[in-house]
Amino acid sequence: MTILNASGCLDALTAPEVARSLDAFVTKTVTPLVRVGNAPVRIAETDHGMLNSIGLANPGIDRFLAEHLPRLAELGVPIWVSVGGFSAADYADLCARLGERPEIAVLELNVSCPNVAEPAESAAEIVRAARAETSKPLYAKLSPAVPDVGAVASAAAGAGADGLTLVNTIRGLVLDERTLRPVLSTAAGGYSGPALRPIALAAVLAAYRASGLPIVGVGGVETGRHALEFIVCGASAVALGTVLFTDPGAPERVRAELAAEAAALGLANPLDARGIALTGGLDSLPRLTKYVN
Amino acid sequence: MRREALRVLAAEDVGPYRLVRLERGGLDPGVPGQFFMLEAPGRVLSRPMSLCFAPRRELAFLIDPVGPGSRALASAACGERIHVLGPLGNGYRLDVARPLLVGGGIGIAPLPYLSQRLGGPPAVLGFRSEWHAEAAVLLPDADIVVEPTYVTEAIPPGFDVLACGPEPMLRAVARLAPGAQLAWEAPMACGFGACYGCVVEVGGQLRRLCVEGPVLRAEVVVEAAA
Repeated sequence: MTILNASGCLDALTAPEVARSLDAFVTKTVTPLVRVGNAPVRIAETDHGMLNSIGLANPGIDRFLAEHLPRLAELGVPIWVSVGGFSAADYADLCARLGERPEIAVLELNVSCPNVAEPAESAAEIVRAARAETSKPLYAKLSPAVPDVGAVASAAAGAGADGLTLVNTIRGLVLDERTLRPVLSTAAGGYSGPALRPIALAAVLAAYRASGLPIVGVGGVETGRHALEFIVCGASAVALGTVLFTDPGAPERVRAELAAEAAALGLANPLDARGIALTGGLDSLPRLTKYVN
Repeated sequence: MRREALRVLAAEDVGPYRLVRLERGGLDPGVPGQFFMLEAPGRVLSRPMSLCFAPRRELAFLIDPVGPGSRALASAACGERIHVLGPLGNGYRLDVARPLLVGGGIGIAPLPYLSQRLGGPPAVLGFRSEWHAEAAVLLPDADIVVEPTYVTEAIPPGFDVLACGPEPMLRAVARLAPGAQLAWEAPMACGFGACYGCVVEVGGQLRRLCVEGPVLRAEVVVEAAA
Protein backbone atom coordinates (compact mmCIF):
# COMPACT_ATOMS: atom_id res chain seq x y z
CA MET A 1 0.00 0.00 0.00
CA THR A 2 1.59 3.23 -1.18
CA ILE A 3 1.61 6.26 1.11
CA LEU A 4 2.63 9.60 -0.37
CA ASN A 5 2.50 13.21 0.72
CA ALA A 6 0.01 15.56 -0.87
CA SER A 7 1.75 18.07 -3.12
CA GLY A 8 2.67 21.23 -1.24
CA CYS A 9 2.50 19.59 2.18
CA LEU A 10 6.15 18.64 2.60
CA ASP A 11 9.53 20.07 1.61
CA ALA A 12 11.83 17.07 1.24
CA LEU A 13 14.89 19.33 1.40
CA THR A 14 14.01 20.79 4.83
CA ALA A 15 12.58 17.53 6.24
CA PRO A 16 14.39 14.70 4.40
CA GLU A 17 13.68 12.12 7.10
CA VAL A 18 9.94 12.63 6.63
CA ALA A 19 10.28 12.28 2.86
CA ARG A 20 12.21 9.03 3.32
CA SER A 21 9.37 7.61 5.43
CA LEU A 22 7.06 7.84 2.37
CA ASP A 23 6.78 5.36 -0.49
CA ALA A 24 7.15 8.27 -2.90
CA PHE A 25 7.66 12.01 -2.49
CA VAL A 26 5.43 14.45 -4.39
CA THR A 27 6.99 17.86 -5.05
CA LYS A 28 5.35 21.21 -4.62
CA THR A 29 3.83 22.22 -7.96
CA VAL A 30 6.41 23.38 -10.51
CA THR A 31 5.35 26.09 -12.97
CA PRO A 32 7.05 27.48 -16.12
CA LEU A 33 8.36 30.59 -14.33
CA VAL A 34 9.41 31.34 -10.76
CA ARG A 35 6.49 32.30 -8.52
CA VAL A 36 7.01 34.08 -5.20
CA GLY A 37 3.47 33.17 -4.19
CA ASN A 38 0.81 35.19 -2.44
CA ALA A 39 1.42 37.82 0.22
CA PRO A 40 0.92 36.81 3.85
CA VAL A 41 -1.37 35.97 5.60
CA ARG A 42 -1.33 32.62 3.79
CA ILE A 43 -2.82 30.15 6.26
CA ALA A 44 -5.75 30.08 8.64
CA GLU A 45 -7.25 27.44 10.85
CA THR A 46 -10.95 26.63 11.06
CA ASP A 47 -12.71 24.42 13.60
CA HIS A 48 -12.37 21.37 11.34
CA GLY A 49 -9.64 22.14 8.85
CA MET A 50 -7.34 24.80 7.51
CA LEU A 51 -7.20 27.22 4.62
CA ASN A 52 -4.11 27.98 2.60
CA SER A 53 -3.39 30.53 -0.05
CA ILE A 54 0.25 29.95 -0.91
CA GLY A 55 -0.22 30.67 -4.61
CA LEU A 56 2.06 27.95 -6.04
CA ALA A 57 5.29 29.51 -4.77
CA ASN A 58 8.09 27.62 -6.55
CA PRO A 59 11.45 28.23 -8.23
CA GLY A 60 10.21 27.65 -11.79
CA ILE A 61 11.12 24.78 -14.10
CA ASP A 62 14.67 25.90 -14.94
CA ARG A 63 15.89 26.14 -11.36
CA PHE A 64 13.87 23.09 -10.36
CA LEU A 65 15.64 20.95 -12.96
CA ALA A 66 19.08 22.42 -12.33
CA GLU A 67 19.12 22.67 -8.53
CA HIS A 68 16.21 20.95 -6.82
CA LEU A 69 15.74 17.71 -8.74
CA PRO A 70 19.34 16.48 -8.33
CA ARG A 71 19.07 16.99 -4.57
CA LEU A 72 15.67 15.29 -4.42
CA ALA A 73 17.07 12.32 -6.34
CA GLU A 74 19.66 11.82 -3.58
CA LEU A 75 16.88 11.00 -1.09
CA GLY A 76 16.49 7.54 -2.53
CA VAL A 77 12.68 7.84 -2.69
CA PRO A 78 10.70 7.75 -5.95
CA ILE A 79 9.97 11.32 -7.02
CA TRP A 80 6.59 12.46 -8.32
CA VAL A 81 6.68 15.96 -9.77
CA SER A 82 3.54 18.06 -9.53
CA VAL A 83 3.13 20.15 -12.68
CA GLY A 84 1.16 23.38 -12.94
CA GLY A 85 0.52 25.89 -15.70
CA PHE A 86 -1.90 28.41 -17.07
CA SER A 87 -2.63 26.76 -20.41
CA ALA A 88 -2.52 23.26 -21.89
CA ALA A 89 0.62 24.32 -23.77
CA ASP A 90 2.32 25.12 -20.44
CA TYR A 91 1.63 21.60 -19.19
CA ALA A 92 2.82 20.09 -22.46
CA ASP A 93 6.09 22.04 -22.38
CA LEU A 94 6.75 21.18 -18.74
CA CYS A 95 5.99 17.50 -19.28
CA ALA A 96 8.26 17.36 -22.30
CA ARG A 97 11.18 18.68 -20.23
CA LEU A 98 10.42 16.72 -17.06
CA GLY A 99 9.74 13.57 -19.05
CA GLU A 100 13.35 13.39 -20.12
CA ARG A 101 14.62 13.10 -16.56
CA PRO A 102 15.16 9.56 -15.31
CA GLU A 103 15.05 10.73 -11.67
CA ILE A 104 11.29 11.29 -12.01
CA ALA A 105 8.87 8.40 -11.50
CA VAL A 106 5.51 10.06 -12.12
CA LEU A 107 4.16 13.41 -13.33
CA GLU A 108 1.09 14.67 -11.47
CA LEU A 109 -0.86 17.30 -13.38
CA ASN A 110 -2.23 19.87 -10.94
CA VAL A 111 -5.25 21.00 -12.90
CA SER A 112 -7.21 22.07 -9.84
CA CYS A 113 -5.36 24.61 -7.65
CA PRO A 114 -8.01 26.90 -6.15
CA ASN A 115 -5.49 29.70 -5.51
CA VAL A 116 -4.47 30.63 -9.05
CA ALA A 117 -6.26 31.41 -12.29
CA GLU A 118 -7.58 28.32 -14.05
CA PRO A 119 -6.45 27.35 -17.56
CA ALA A 120 -9.13 27.78 -20.19
CA GLU A 121 -8.85 24.16 -21.25
CA SER A 122 -10.56 21.26 -19.49
CA ALA A 123 -8.67 18.71 -17.41
CA ALA A 124 -8.98 16.20 -20.24
CA GLU A 125 -7.54 18.63 -22.79
CA ILE A 126 -4.58 19.27 -20.49
CA VAL A 127 -4.01 15.55 -20.01
CA ARG A 128 -4.14 15.01 -23.77
CA ALA A 129 -1.61 17.78 -24.40
CA ALA A 130 0.75 16.38 -21.73
CA ARG A 131 0.27 12.80 -22.95
CA ALA A 132 1.49 13.78 -26.39
CA GLU A 133 4.80 14.95 -24.91
CA THR A 134 5.83 12.22 -22.49
CA SER A 135 5.67 8.50 -21.86
CA LYS A 136 6.05 8.98 -18.09
CA PRO A 137 3.11 7.84 -15.98
CA LEU A 138 0.66 10.76 -15.78
CA TYR A 139 -1.69 11.33 -12.86
CA ALA A 140 -4.34 14.06 -13.06
CA LYS A 141 -5.09 15.79 -9.76
CA LEU A 142 -8.76 16.70 -9.80
CA SER A 143 -11.03 19.03 -7.87
CA PRO A 144 -14.14 17.74 -6.13
CA ALA A 145 -15.81 21.11 -6.77
CA VAL A 146 -17.35 20.12 -10.11
CA PRO A 147 -20.87 18.95 -10.91
CA ASP A 148 -19.78 15.46 -12.04
CA VAL A 149 -16.42 14.18 -10.81
CA GLY A 150 -17.01 10.85 -12.53
CA ALA A 151 -17.36 12.52 -15.91
CA VAL A 152 -14.12 14.49 -15.41
CA ALA A 153 -12.33 11.32 -14.29
CA SER A 154 -13.62 9.36 -17.24
CA ALA A 155 -12.58 12.10 -19.65
CA ALA A 156 -9.09 12.23 -18.10
CA ALA A 157 -8.81 8.46 -18.51
CA GLY A 158 -9.88 8.74 -22.14
CA ALA A 159 -7.27 11.43 -22.71
CA GLY A 160 -4.48 9.14 -21.56
CA ALA A 161 -4.12 9.60 -17.80
CA ASP A 162 -2.52 6.60 -16.09
CA GLY A 163 -4.01 7.49 -12.73
CA LEU A 164 -5.92 10.09 -10.78
CA THR A 165 -5.29 12.01 -7.59
CA LEU A 166 -8.41 13.07 -5.73
CA VAL A 167 -8.93 15.56 -4.29
CA ASN A 168 -7.37 18.98 -4.35
CA THR A 169 -8.52 21.53 -1.79
CA ILE A 170 -11.80 23.37 -2.27
CA ARG A 171 -12.24 27.11 -1.93
CA GLY A 172 -13.20 28.43 1.49
CA LEU A 173 -13.00 31.57 3.59
CA VAL A 174 -12.53 32.28 7.28
CA LEU A 175 -13.02 35.57 9.14
CA ASP A 176 -10.90 36.96 11.94
CA GLU A 177 -12.97 36.60 15.10
CA ARG A 178 -12.29 40.14 16.30
CA THR A 179 -12.09 42.24 13.13
CA LEU A 180 -14.46 40.19 10.93
CA ARG A 181 -12.03 40.67 8.07
CA PRO A 182 -10.99 37.67 5.96
CA VAL A 183 -7.87 36.22 7.59
CA LEU A 184 -6.15 35.36 4.30
CA SER A 185 -4.65 38.13 2.17
CA THR A 186 -6.52 36.70 -0.81
CA ALA A 187 -9.76 36.39 1.20
CA ALA A 188 -10.51 32.84 -0.02
CA GLY A 189 -8.11 29.91 -0.03
CA GLY A 190 -7.94 26.14 -0.36
CA TYR A 191 -9.74 24.24 2.39
CA SER A 192 -8.09 21.04 3.61
CA GLY A 193 -8.00 18.76 6.63
CA PRO A 194 -10.66 16.62 8.34
CA ALA A 195 -13.60 18.62 6.93
CA LEU A 196 -12.55 17.63 3.41
CA ARG A 197 -12.61 13.86 4.07
CA PRO A 198 -16.27 13.04 3.29
CA ILE A 199 -16.08 15.20 0.17
CA ALA A 200 -12.93 13.40 -0.94
CA LEU A 201 -14.41 9.96 -0.28
CA ALA A 202 -17.40 10.78 -2.47
CA ALA A 203 -15.13 12.03 -5.26
CA VAL A 204 -12.87 8.97 -5.07
CA LEU A 205 -15.86 6.64 -5.26
CA ALA A 206 -17.27 8.49 -8.27
CA ALA A 207 -13.91 8.49 -10.06
CA TYR A 208 -13.30 4.81 -9.30
CA ARG A 209 -16.70 3.83 -10.65
CA ALA A 210 -16.29 5.97 -13.77
CA SER A 211 -12.64 5.35 -14.68
CA GLY A 212 -11.27 2.19 -13.09
CA LEU A 213 -7.86 3.91 -12.95
CA PRO A 214 -5.42 3.75 -10.03
CA ILE A 215 -6.39 6.51 -7.60
CA VAL A 216 -4.39 8.37 -4.96
CA GLY A 217 -6.91 9.31 -2.28
CA VAL A 218 -6.25 12.64 -0.58
CA GLY A 219 -8.28 14.73 1.83
CA GLY A 220 -8.22 14.66 5.60
CA VAL A 221 -6.44 11.30 6.00
CA GLU A 222 -5.16 11.27 9.59
CA THR A 223 -5.28 7.61 10.62
CA GLY A 224 -5.03 4.10 9.22
CA ARG A 225 -8.80 3.84 9.50
CA HIS A 226 -9.16 6.86 7.23
CA ALA A 227 -6.75 5.30 4.74
CA LEU A 228 -8.85 2.13 4.76
CA GLU A 229 -11.97 4.19 4.06
CA PHE A 230 -10.31 5.68 0.98
CA ILE A 231 -9.35 2.18 -0.23
CA VAL A 232 -12.88 0.97 0.35
CA CYS A 233 -14.08 3.83 -1.87
CA GLY A 234 -11.63 2.89 -4.63
CA ALA A 235 -8.26 4.42 -3.81
CA SER A 236 -5.17 2.34 -4.56
CA ALA A 237 -2.87 4.67 -2.58
CA VAL A 238 -3.31 7.53 -0.14
CA ALA A 239 -1.54 10.84 0.28
CA LEU A 240 -1.17 12.71 3.55
CA GLY A 241 -1.59 16.46 3.60
CA THR A 242 -2.60 18.63 6.52
CA VAL A 243 -1.80 15.89 9.07
CA LEU A 244 1.89 16.12 8.12
CA PHE A 245 1.99 19.67 9.47
CA THR A 246 1.16 18.53 12.99
CA ASP A 247 2.57 14.99 12.91
CA PRO A 248 5.61 14.48 10.67
CA GLY A 249 5.65 10.87 11.92
CA ALA A 250 2.24 10.28 10.32
CA PRO A 251 3.46 8.17 7.35
CA GLU A 252 4.86 5.44 9.57
CA ARG A 253 1.98 5.66 12.02
CA VAL A 254 -0.72 5.50 9.32
CA ARG A 255 1.08 2.59 7.64
CA ALA A 256 1.12 0.62 10.92
CA GLU A 257 -2.49 1.51 11.75
CA LEU A 258 -3.65 0.48 8.27
CA ALA A 259 -1.89 -2.87 8.59
CA ALA A 260 -3.64 -3.41 11.93
CA GLU A 261 -7.03 -2.44 10.44
CA ALA A 262 -6.53 -4.89 7.57
CA ALA A 263 -5.41 -7.66 9.92
CA ALA A 264 -8.49 -7.11 12.10
CA LEU A 265 -10.65 -7.66 9.01
CA GLY A 266 -8.72 -10.79 8.07
CA LEU A 267 -7.28 -9.19 4.94
CA ALA A 268 -3.82 -10.22 3.73
CA ASN A 269 -3.53 -6.87 1.95
CA PRO A 270 -5.51 -3.69 2.66
CA LEU A 271 -6.03 -3.31 -1.09
CA ASP A 272 -8.19 -6.46 -1.02
CA ALA A 273 -10.88 -4.09 0.25
CA ARG A 274 -10.52 -1.75 -2.73
CA GLY A 275 -13.84 -0.47 -3.96
CA ILE A 276 -16.05 -2.60 -1.71
CA ALA A 277 -18.13 0.49 -0.91
CA LEU A 278 -19.72 -0.17 -4.31
CA THR A 279 -20.51 -3.80 -3.62
CA GLY A 280 -21.90 -3.94 -0.12
CA GLY A 281 -18.92 -3.22 2.10
CA LEU A 282 -17.55 -6.02 4.26
CA ASP A 283 -20.37 -8.34 3.26
CA SER A 284 -18.83 -8.51 -0.19
CA LEU A 285 -15.54 -9.93 1.11
CA PRO A 286 -15.73 -13.71 0.57
CA ARG A 287 -13.86 -14.69 3.73
CA LEU A 288 -15.96 -12.51 5.95
CA THR A 289 -19.19 -13.63 4.35
CA LYS A 290 -18.24 -17.22 5.07
CA TYR A 291 -17.34 -16.31 8.64
CA VAL A 292 -20.53 -14.35 9.26
CA ASN A 293 -22.66 -17.14 7.78
CA MET B 1 12.84 16.27 14.50
CA ARG B 2 11.48 14.88 17.70
CA ARG B 3 7.84 14.87 18.81
CA GLU B 4 6.61 13.65 22.18
CA ALA B 5 3.38 13.73 24.21
CA LEU B 6 4.36 15.72 27.30
CA ARG B 7 2.36 15.97 30.51
CA VAL B 8 1.19 19.37 31.76
CA LEU B 9 2.74 19.81 35.21
CA ALA B 10 1.36 23.22 36.18
CA ALA B 11 -0.11 26.40 34.75
CA GLU B 12 -0.37 29.83 36.30
CA ASP B 13 -1.57 33.28 35.29
CA VAL B 14 1.04 35.98 34.76
CA GLY B 15 -0.89 39.20 34.11
CA PRO B 16 -3.03 38.47 31.01
CA TYR B 17 -0.74 35.60 30.02
CA ARG B 18 -0.50 31.99 31.16
CA LEU B 19 2.74 30.17 31.98
CA VAL B 20 2.30 26.47 31.08
CA ARG B 21 4.89 24.07 32.44
CA LEU B 22 5.34 20.71 30.71
CA GLU B 23 7.49 17.74 31.58
CA ARG B 24 10.57 17.82 29.34
CA GLY B 25 10.55 14.16 28.30
CA GLY B 26 13.33 13.44 25.83
CA LEU B 27 13.16 16.83 24.12
CA ASP B 28 16.15 19.13 23.98
CA PRO B 29 15.38 22.69 25.16
CA GLY B 30 17.46 23.99 22.27
CA VAL B 31 18.92 27.46 21.86
CA PRO B 32 16.95 30.49 23.17
CA GLY B 33 14.79 31.89 20.37
CA GLN B 34 14.15 28.48 18.84
CA PHE B 35 10.54 27.36 19.03
CA PHE B 36 8.36 24.32 19.55
CA MET B 37 5.08 23.35 17.88
CA LEU B 38 2.55 22.73 20.66
CA GLU B 39 -0.57 20.69 19.99
CA ALA B 40 -3.58 22.87 20.77
CA PRO B 41 -6.11 20.46 22.31
CA GLY B 42 -9.16 20.05 20.09
CA ARG B 43 -7.72 22.15 17.26
CA VAL B 44 -6.50 21.07 13.82
CA LEU B 45 -3.13 22.84 13.86
CA SER B 46 -0.35 23.12 16.41
CA ARG B 47 0.90 26.52 17.59
CA PRO B 48 4.49 27.80 17.48
CA MET B 49 5.81 28.87 20.89
CA SER B 50 9.29 29.87 21.93
CA LEU B 51 10.63 28.40 25.14
CA CYS B 52 10.27 30.74 28.14
CA PHE B 53 12.04 28.76 30.83
CA ALA B 54 13.95 25.48 30.86
CA PRO B 55 13.83 24.33 34.48
CA ARG B 56 15.34 20.93 35.20
CA ARG B 57 13.21 18.23 33.52
CA GLU B 58 10.67 20.86 32.34
CA LEU B 59 9.83 23.08 29.38
CA ALA B 60 7.80 26.21 30.20
CA PHE B 61 5.89 28.31 27.66
CA LEU B 62 4.24 31.71 28.05
CA ILE B 63 0.89 31.76 26.26
CA ASP B 64 -1.14 34.82 25.26
CA PRO B 65 -4.72 33.46 25.00
CA VAL B 66 -5.86 35.54 22.06
CA GLY B 67 -7.33 32.93 19.70
CA PRO B 68 -8.88 29.46 19.77
CA GLY B 69 -5.53 27.64 19.72
CA SER B 70 -3.77 29.70 22.37
CA ARG B 71 -6.93 29.61 24.52
CA ALA B 72 -7.01 25.80 24.27
CA LEU B 73 -3.36 25.67 25.30
CA ALA B 74 -3.85 28.13 28.15
CA SER B 75 -6.70 26.06 29.53
CA ALA B 76 -4.90 22.70 29.32
CA ALA B 77 -5.43 20.80 32.56
CA CYS B 78 -2.66 19.45 34.77
CA GLY B 79 -1.94 15.85 33.84
CA GLU B 80 -3.19 16.33 30.26
CA ARG B 81 -0.70 15.29 27.59
CA ILE B 82 0.20 17.65 24.76
CA HIS B 83 2.23 16.67 21.70
CA VAL B 84 5.28 18.88 21.35
CA LEU B 85 7.60 18.99 18.31
CA GLY B 86 10.98 20.67 18.51
CA PRO B 87 13.19 22.52 19.02
CA LEU B 88 12.83 24.12 15.57
CA GLY B 89 14.29 27.04 13.64
CA ASN B 90 17.29 29.22 14.36
CA GLY B 91 17.70 30.83 17.77
CA TYR B 92 19.77 33.77 18.99
CA ARG B 93 23.53 33.79 18.58
CA LEU B 94 24.87 33.94 22.12
CA ASP B 95 28.42 35.07 21.26
CA VAL B 96 27.74 38.77 21.83
CA ALA B 97 29.94 41.15 23.88
CA ARG B 98 27.38 43.51 25.49
CA PRO B 99 23.94 41.90 25.35
CA LEU B 100 20.77 43.89 25.97
CA LEU B 101 17.42 42.10 25.91
CA VAL B 102 14.48 44.05 24.48
CA GLY B 103 10.93 42.70 24.69
CA GLY B 104 7.50 43.99 23.77
CA GLY B 105 4.31 42.46 25.15
CA ILE B 106 4.12 38.70 24.68
CA GLY B 107 7.53 39.10 23.02
CA ILE B 108 8.92 38.74 26.52
CA ALA B 109 8.32 34.97 26.09
CA PRO B 110 11.80 33.81 24.99
CA LEU B 111 13.72 36.33 27.13
CA PRO B 112 13.84 34.58 30.54
CA TYR B 113 15.56 31.51 29.02
CA LEU B 114 17.79 33.79 26.95
CA SER B 115 18.68 35.80 30.07
CA GLN B 116 19.57 32.65 31.95
CA ARG B 117 21.84 31.43 29.14
CA LEU B 118 23.57 34.85 28.92
CA GLY B 119 24.11 35.22 32.68
CA GLY B 120 21.45 37.87 33.37
CA PRO B 121 22.25 40.80 31.06
CA PRO B 122 20.30 44.10 31.29
CA ALA B 123 16.82 44.08 29.79
CA VAL B 124 14.18 46.62 28.72
CA LEU B 125 10.55 45.60 28.42
CA GLY B 126 7.60 47.50 26.98
CA PHE B 127 3.92 46.78 27.65
CA ARG B 128 0.67 48.36 26.63
CA SER B 129 -0.86 48.39 30.13
CA GLU B 130 0.07 47.91 33.79
CA TRP B 131 -1.79 44.61 33.67
CA HIS B 132 0.36 43.34 30.79
CA ALA B 133 3.44 44.65 32.61
CA GLU B 134 2.81 42.15 35.40
CA ALA B 135 4.62 39.69 33.12
CA ALA B 136 7.84 41.55 33.93
CA VAL B 137 7.97 39.40 37.05
CA LEU B 138 9.49 36.77 34.75
CA LEU B 139 12.56 39.00 34.26
CA PRO B 140 12.85 40.70 37.66
CA ASP B 141 15.77 43.07 37.01
CA ALA B 142 14.42 44.50 33.76
CA ASP B 143 13.58 48.16 33.16
CA ILE B 144 9.91 48.56 32.28
CA VAL B 145 8.05 51.10 30.16
CA VAL B 146 4.32 51.24 29.60
CA GLU B 147 2.53 52.91 26.68
CA PRO B 148 2.40 55.71 25.68
CA THR B 149 6.17 55.29 26.19
CA TYR B 150 7.60 52.82 23.66
CA VAL B 151 10.37 50.40 24.47
CA THR B 152 12.40 51.79 21.58
CA GLU B 153 12.65 55.09 23.52
CA ALA B 154 14.36 53.25 26.38
CA ILE B 155 17.14 51.44 24.50
CA PRO B 156 20.55 52.81 25.54
CA PRO B 157 23.26 52.99 22.84
CA GLY B 158 26.29 50.71 22.67
CA PHE B 159 24.67 47.32 23.25
CA ASP B 160 24.22 44.15 21.26
CA VAL B 161 20.42 44.06 21.13
CA LEU B 162 18.51 40.77 21.22
CA ALA B 163 14.82 41.54 20.76
CA CYS B 164 11.42 39.94 20.48
CA GLY B 165 8.08 41.66 20.03
CA PRO B 166 5.47 42.84 17.55
CA GLU B 167 6.58 43.59 14.00
CA PRO B 168 6.43 47.44 14.22
CA MET B 169 8.65 47.28 17.32
CA LEU B 170 11.13 44.96 15.59
CA ARG B 171 11.35 47.21 12.53
CA ALA B 172 11.94 50.22 14.81
CA VAL B 173 14.63 48.32 16.74
CA ALA B 174 16.26 47.35 13.44
CA ARG B 175 16.61 51.01 12.48
CA LEU B 176 18.04 51.93 15.91
CA ALA B 177 20.41 48.97 16.22
CA PRO B 178 21.45 47.55 12.85
CA GLY B 179 23.41 44.75 14.53
CA ALA B 180 20.39 43.54 16.52
CA GLN B 181 19.01 40.04 16.49
CA LEU B 182 15.23 40.01 16.14
CA ALA B 183 12.88 37.12 16.92
CA TRP B 184 9.99 37.37 14.47
CA GLU B 185 6.49 35.89 14.61
CA ALA B 186 4.07 34.58 11.98
CA PRO B 187 1.13 32.18 11.71
CA MET B 188 2.65 28.78 11.09
CA ALA B 189 1.11 25.37 10.34
CA CYS B 190 4.14 23.06 10.51
CA GLY B 191 7.35 24.67 11.80
CA PHE B 192 9.70 22.72 9.49
CA GLY B 193 9.40 24.27 6.06
CA ALA B 194 6.52 22.21 4.69
CA CYS B 195 3.52 24.54 4.57
CA TYR B 196 5.03 27.79 3.21
CA GLY B 197 2.50 29.57 5.41
CA CYS B 198 4.87 31.53 7.66
CA VAL B 199 6.55 33.76 5.10
CA VAL B 200 7.40 37.31 6.13
CA GLU B 201 8.69 39.99 3.80
CA VAL B 202 12.23 40.84 4.84
CA GLY B 203 15.21 41.74 2.72
CA GLY B 204 12.81 42.34 -0.19
CA GLN B 205 11.89 38.65 -0.23
CA LEU B 206 9.23 36.41 1.21
CA ARG B 207 11.14 34.16 3.60
CA ARG B 208 9.88 31.09 5.44
CA LEU B 209 10.31 32.16 9.03
CA CYS B 210 10.50 28.60 10.36
CA VAL B 211 13.61 27.66 8.37
CA GLU B 212 15.31 31.06 7.94
CA GLY B 213 14.29 32.41 11.38
CA PRO B 214 12.57 33.00 13.66
CA VAL B 215 15.62 35.02 14.75
CA LEU B 216 16.72 37.32 11.92
CA ARG B 217 19.57 39.82 11.72
CA ALA B 218 18.45 43.46 11.75
CA GLU B 219 20.63 44.24 8.71
CA VAL B 220 18.40 41.94 6.67
CA VAL B 221 15.26 43.69 7.88
CA VAL B 222 16.65 47.19 7.25
CA GLU B 223 17.61 46.22 3.69
CA ALA B 224 13.93 45.52 3.17
CA ALA B 225 12.94 49.02 4.25
CA ALA B 226 15.65 50.68 2.14
